Amino acid sequence: MLADQDRIFTNLYGQHDWTLEGARARGDWDGTAAIIARGRDAIIEEMKASGLRGRGGAGFPTGMKWSFMPKQAPPDGRPSYLVINADESEPGTCKDRDILRHDPHKLIEGCLIASFAMGASACYIYVRGEYYNEARNLQAAVDQAYEANLVGKNAAGSGYDFELYVHRGAGAYICGEETALLESLEGKKGMPRLKPPFPAAVGLYGCPTTVNNVETIAVVPAILRRGGAWFSALGRPKNAGTKIFCISGHVNKPCNVEEELGIPLRELIDRYAGGVRGGWDNLLAVIPGGSSVPLIPKDICDTVLMDFDSLRDVKSGLGTAGVIVMDKSTDVIRAIDRLAQFYKHESCGQCTPCREGTGWMMRVMHRMVQGRAEIEEIDTLEKVTKQVEGHTICALGDAAAWPIQGLIRHFRPVMEERIAQYKAARAPRPMPMAAE
Amino acid sequence: MAKLTVDGTEVEVPNGASVLQACEAAGVEIPRFCYHERLSVAGNCRMCLVEVEKAPKPVASCAYPVADGMVVKTDTAVVRQARRGVMEFLLINHPLDCPICDQGGECDLQDQAYSYGMDHSRFAENKRAVKDKYLGPLVKTFMTRCIHCTRCIRFSSEVAGVAEMGATSRGENMEVGTYIEKALTTELSGNLIDICPVGALLNKPYSFTARPWELRKTDSVDVHDALGSNIRVDARGSEVLRILPRTNEDVNEEWLGDKSRFSHDGLKRRRLDKPWVRQDGKLRPASWPEAFGAIAAKLKDLPGERIGAVAGDLCDAESMVALKDLMASLGSQDLDCRQDGAALDGGRRDFYTFNTTVAGIEDADAILLVGSNPRREAPVLNARIRKRLNHGGYPVAYVGQPADLTYAARHLGDGVAAIEDAAEMLRGAKRPMVIVGQGALRRPDGAAILAAAWALAASVGALTPEWHGFNVLHTAAARVGALDLGFLPGLGGKALPAMLGGGVDLLWLLGADEFDIAAIGANTFVVYQGHHGDRGAARADVILPGAAYTEKGGTYVNTEGRVQRGYVAVQPPGEAREDWAILRAFSAVLGKPLPYDSIQEVRDRLAAVNPVFKTLQELPHRGCTDQAGPSGDPAGVDREPLLPAVVNYYQTNAINRASATMAECTRTYVTPMLQAAE
Repeated sequence: MLADQDRIFTNLYGQHDWTLEGARARGDWDGTAAIIARGRDAIIEEMKASGLRGRGGAGFPTGMKWSFMPKQAPPDGRPSYLVINADESEPGTCKDRDILRHDPHKLIEGCLIASFAMGASACYIYVRGEYYNEARNLQAAVDQAYEANLVGKNAAGSGYDFELYVHRGAGAYICGEETALLESLEGKKGMPRLKPPFPAAVGLYGCPTTVNNVETIAVVPAILRRGGAWFSALGRPKNAGTKIFCISGHVNKPCNVEEELGIPLRELIDRYAGGVRGGWDNLLAVIPGGSSVPLIPKDICDTVLMDFDSLRDVKSGLGTAGVIVMDKSTDVIRAIDRLAQFYKHESCGQCTPCREGTGWMMRVMHRMVQGRAEIEEIDTLEKVTKQVEGHTICALGDAAAWPIQGLIRHFRPVMEERIAQYKAARAPRPMPMAAE
Repeated sequence: MAKLTVDGTEVEVPNGASVLQACEAAGVEIPRFCYHERLSVAGNCRMCLVEVEKAPKPVASCAYPVADGMVVKTDTAVVRQARRGVMEFLLINHPLDCPICDQGGECDLQDQAYSYGMDHSRFAENKRAVKDKYLGPLVKTFMTRCIHCTRCIRFSSEVAGVAEMGATSRGENMEVGTYIEKALTTELSGNLIDICPVGALLNKPYSFTARPWELRKTDSVDVHDALGSNIRVDARGSEVLRILPRTNEDVNEEWLGDKSRFSHDGLKRRRLDKPWVRQDGKLRPASWPEAFGAIAAKLKDLPGERIGAVAGDLCDAESMVALKDLMASLGSQDLDCRQDGAALDGGRRDFYTFNTTVAGIEDADAILLVGSNPRREAPVLNARIRKRLNHGGYPVAYVGQPADLTYAARHLGDGVAAIEDAAEMLRGAKRPMVIVGQGALRRPDGAAILAAAWALAASVGALTPEWHGFNVLHTAAARVGALDLGFLPGLGGKALPAMLGGGVDLLWLLGADEFDIAAIGANTFVVYQGHHGDRGAARADVILPGAAYTEKGGTYVNTEGRVQRGYVAVQPPGEAREDWAILRAFSAVLGKPLPYDSIQEVRDRLAAVNPVFKTLQELPHRGCTDQAGPSGDPAGVDREPLLPAVVNYYQTNAINRASATMAECTRTYVTPMLQAAE
C-alpha cells in the first residue's frame, strides 16, 4: 500500500485549493529553476532512471520517448513542440479530469520541465471538448502561471522562454490518438496519420513533436524533485511508480485512487472501492484498463496484479487503468455490445478494416445479445476481429477488436447458451397431427 | 540507394522510395486502391499490406519507406490473410452490382477481388446505401459503390487545384462529396472517372452505353487544344463512344481536359457527309464529280493571285501540305493559317513554339504569363505548372485579365507594359520561363508584344545555350504544324485579312471556321472542305466533306513542336473522305495531279518540306544560341488591356460547338442561369 508521503497527487479529491497559492503550499513550483538548471541530458537521464512508462495506455518509456527529439534544432529552423493529450475519452477513465480540475499546476510545471528537456519552445494542451469546467480551471491556472512569470519569457526564472496554450477539442474519441490529435490541433479533420514518420520527426505543423499524457507529465516534477530512484523503488520492476486507478461499475464506492503499480486487483477494489457489490464472490468480470482492453473473468481477478506486464500476461492490458467492475447481474454480452457500438460510432472512417469492420462487429454483437445467430457465427466474429486487429492505421481497430476477443475467450459458453435459448424459444411447434 | 530483398529477389531502389515501389522494381505485384503514383500517399485502403522482417505487424507498403537490408515478404500466410480480410471488408458494403455497373470489366475492385478475395461472403447484415451526389454534367456518381480510397479528393485538391471534394461524417457514415452540392469547377473533372478504382465516379455521357470489351481501341492525338494530349479513342462500329487519355510523361502524363474527353458526341452531329453545291443561292446535295467540276469551272482562267487558301485549327499536317502543294500548282501565294490574326513570326522555329517543353516546366523556377490563361487554353499544361508549384520555390506572375489559375499567381496588371515588373523576379531565377499566349498576339500590336516578350526573356537570362525560357502557348492544334510547313503568305502573297472583302475570287477553307466569315467578299467563291456544317460551310459555294481527327491518320505538331501521329479509329461518314485524298483527287480533275498516291508518300513529302516531320515524339534539347529576336518593334506595344484568347473553354471549334455535352457544360459553367433569391 502506498504510503501517504509517497503520494504525488495530494489534491486528487479537490479538498484543497487548486489555484497557484494552494499548489505552492503543496510543494509545486518549488525550485523549478534549479531543476531546469540541471540541463536537458540530466533531466532525460533522471526520467530514464525513474522507469516511468507513459500513462496514456501504451506504456512506452517516457525518458526514451523524450530522447527521440532532436538534440539540436533542425537546420531548417523548425521549432519543436510538446503536446499534452488531455483528450481523455476512454470509457471508464477519468484520471486526467481530476488532475486538470484539482491539480492543474502539477501539469503546467511538468509541461515547462518536459518542454525544456526536449527543447520545445511551446506546449499545447489539447483538452477534451466535454471537459468544459476542467478546461476553465486549467486556463485559469495557466493565466496565474503567466502572471507569476512561471511560464512565458524567462519561465520561473530559469532563463528559458516557454509558451503554453490550452486548446479545446470538439469531443471526438479518435482525437485522443496522438497523430489525429495533431491533425485536429492543426485545424483539420481528426484522422490519424501514417507512421512513419513519427511525430518526433514530423509532428505538429511538420515540426518535431512529442505527445504525452496528462498524468505522465504531471508526475515529472515530483520525480525530478525526489529523484528517479525514489520513483523506481515504488511498484514492480519495469512497472515503476504510482498510478491513478479509476474504479467504476458494480462496486460500493467508485473512486479514483493513486496507488503503486502492481497492487493486486482484489486489494485495489476491496480497500478503496468498498468491495464488489454483493461481495467478491458476486464478481463476474473486470475490464482492467479502460474499455479497449479485453475483460478478465473472476478467476483471473482473484490473483492478478495491476501493472503493465502482469495484465499483458493474462492477455489483457493496463491501458489507462480504468477498472470497470461487473458483478453477476451484468449481461456481459450486452456490455461488450455497447462497447462495439461505441467503437463503431467513433471510428474515423479513414482506413478500410476499421471503417467496415466496426460496423460489422457491432451488428453481429447486436444479434448475439438476443442470441439471434448461429453458433458458427461466434467463430466468424472472432475471425473478423482478427482481420481488423493489426491491419489499421491507428490502434482504434485493435481497441474495437479486443473487447470482443476477450468476451469470446472467456464467455463463449454464455454466448452459446444465449443462442440456444433463442432457438428454443422460437422452435417450430410440432405440427398438430390429425388423428387417424 | 537502398538494397533490400523482396521475396528473395534483391533490388536496389533510391532512398526514400516506398516498399511498394521496391516491390514493383522486383517485379512483384502489390494490390492497391488508394495508392496512385501521381497523388500523395493516403495509406488508407490497407490493401497493399506486406510483411517486413522485424516489424511487429504487416505494414502498408505504399507508405513505408525502404531501408537498407530490409527483408520484405509479399507471399506469406499473414499477407494473404490480410489481403483477403481487407478485400472482404471492402466488399461487405459494396453493392456487388457489377452486371449493371459501367466500370464492370475495367474495375480495380473487380479484378483484385478475383485475385485476392474470398470465394464467398460471410456478411449477413444489411448493406449500407449512400445517396448519389451531383458533381456536374460530366461525372456521374453512384456513391454506394464508393470504397473511400480518397483518390478523387486528393486529385481535386492536388492536381486540379480546386479543394471542392472532401469527406463528411466519420466511420461507416463517411461520405465523399462536395458538401454543398455543386458542379466541380475544374476543366479536369473527367480524370476523376479514370482515377476512381470502382464504379462510384462514372462518365455521365457514356452511361450504360457499352462494355469495355466491346470497344475497338485506337491510339490518337487530341486536337481540341494545342497541347496534343495523347488519347485512346474507344469506338464501336462507326461510332466513337468515349475518349480516354493515354500516358505520355512528356505531354499530358495521364490526364486529359474535359473538352478533349467529352466533345466526341459532336462527331455525330452536324456532319458533312456528302458534297454540296450552291445553285441559285441554295446549297443542294451533289456528287463528287459535280462538286469538283464546279470548282474547276470557277478556277478556269483565274490567275494565281486571285486564289486564296486558309487552313483551320484542327487540320492534320498531311492535308495542309496537300493544299499548299495544290495552291502552288495553281500559282497562288495567298496562304494563311492564322485565322485569329495572331502575329506569329514563322522565321525561326523557336519564335513560335513552347521551347521549355511541357516536362521542362518542372525544371523551371519562375514563370511569367503574358496574355495567356493556361487553365482555359490548355488545362493539362496548367496542371503541370501547378505540379511544379506544389514543390515550392516557383513564383508565378501574369499580365492580362485577372483570372483564377487554381494556384497563387501575382497579377501585375492588364496591359503588356506591366511585364517589366516581373523582370526582377525572373532575373532572380536560374531557369525563368516566359509564356506568351494568343491573347497577346492576336492584337494589332501582336508583333511588338512578341518582340517585347522575347527581349524580356533575353534580358533576364532565360535564353542560354542550356535553357530556353521563351514559350508561345498556342490554342490551335494545327497551328505549329502549319507554321512548320510554311502555310503562310508567300512572296507578295496575301494574308487572311487581305483575302477578305473581295481580295481573292476563290477562297479555299480547309476546316476554317474561326474568323469573321461575313467579311468574305460577296463575289468570292468559297470552297469549304471540312467535317462540320459550321460557320464556314454555311457560306460555302461548294462543300467537300472531309474527315474529323478520329477518322483519319493524321500528323499533328503540338505547341512544343512535338510531332505526333493519330490513327484511324472509325471511317468518315457517308461520302466523306480523308482530306489529303480529296485534294489529291481534285488535283487530278485539274490535270495537275499532286505527286503522291498514298499516305506514306504524303508523309515523305512532309519530311521533304520540313525535316522535323521525320521524327515522331522526340524533341531535341533546346537551348537558345541566337538571341536575335522576332521581327517587331518592342516599342510598338500599346496600352490596351490584354483580352483572353479563350472565353468559353468548352466551345472553341466546330466539333465541340456541335457537342450536346459541351453545350451543357457551357450552360453549367459559362452562362449559369440566374438564380432567384430564396
